[in-house]
Amino acid sequence: MNEFLLVAGMALATMATRIPVLWWLSLHLLSPGIARALKYVPLAVLSAIIAPIVLLSDGKLAFQVDNAPLIASLVAIFISWRTRSLLLTILLGMAVLLGWRALFAP
Amino acid sequence: MRCEFVVGFLIHLMTNLPVPSTPDSPRAALIAGARDTFPLLVGAWPFGVIFGALAVTSGFSPWGAAAMSAFVFAGSAQFIAVGLSAASTPAAVIILTTFIVNLRHMLYSATLAPHLNRLPRGWLLPLGFWLTDESFVVAAKHFTEADQSPHKHWYLLGSEFAMYANWQLVTWIGILAGQAIQDPRSWGLDFAMVVTFIGMLVPLVKGRPALAAVLIAGGAALLTYGLPNQLGLLLAALFGIAAGVLAERIWPTTESAA
Repeated sequence: MNEFLLVAGMALATMATRIPVLWWLSLHLLSPGIARALKYVPLAVLSAIIAPIVLLSDGKLAFQVDNAPLIASLVAIFISWRTRSLLLTILLGMAVLLGWRALFAP
Repeated sequence: MRCEFVVGFLIHLMTNLPVPSTPDSPRAALIAGARDTFPLLVGAWPFGVIFGALAVTSGFSPWGAAAMSAFVFAGSAQFIAVGLSAASTPAAVIILTTFIVNLRHMLYSATLAPHLNRLPRGWLLPLGFWLTDESFVVAAKHFTEADQSPHKHWYLLGSEFAMYANWQLVTWIGILAGQAIQDPRSWGLDFAMVVTFIGMLVPLVKGRPALAAVLIAGGAALLTYGLPNQLGLLLAALFGIAAGVLAERIWPTTESAA
């Protein structure tokens, strides 16, 4: 029973981040300055999500070659830059991660 | 319609032709939105399966895990909630964390809202409820294209619906597989989210201001990582946005971001 209260609370908390701003701002015009700043939202949010996962290990910078997520990310960045193909980036990025892991497995 | 849908996917995959950007009917826009989201569906498969497996192996009932995917529908928040719950965190703290982790949706809403201002109000409820990182990036790209298609909200809806149906499906696969998989995280499949986001991010980096936003947001995320409740994510995003705006003054370009 308790987990359903938790899920209900999480659902409301999430809706609170998704619906009110959409509602309010579709009625009111944004200033051009803000609109220009919002162009950077996807770039900034995606980067902020990715960077700690790839570059940190136990809260410390991890630039070693056995950091498989780092190697796979570099390969994924290169593939995405050259091919612009999302599917290829995902599939080859995952393949490199699993391969690199197997290579450095203890 | 289902046949067209599948054929559309296959043609897109095999030929990799540019997708016509002006779907001229609601139905065509709906299908185009779903089709353009297809690679992101693939990226969500391992992530969703792991979520389902992790949830049931760390104390959630199958219906609790499924309800979370159905009613919360926010992958990273769901992962964090399962982790916190396994560490016996009070529900109130998990809910607050969910809110903070999902605050980025406010930025997404603010970006999309000006494109949706002529819609009947009722549209905003489903469009908002189903909003995710993936559909946002796909739709933001489509919305900023110059054409004047009147059906762009159908495109967003198509993308969102595909993500939602896909997420329910893979969650259930994970729930059912959960008993069989030992330590699902050790497989490294949760990394699928990272490569998916890299594939979404890289094509957006056009020009120096965009690159500045990426580097500053990423750097700030590393520095603020220790902050509680994932607050660092939000701060880092704001730093990145500010960096992009400032860099635009230094290097004015015609094509500075997506």
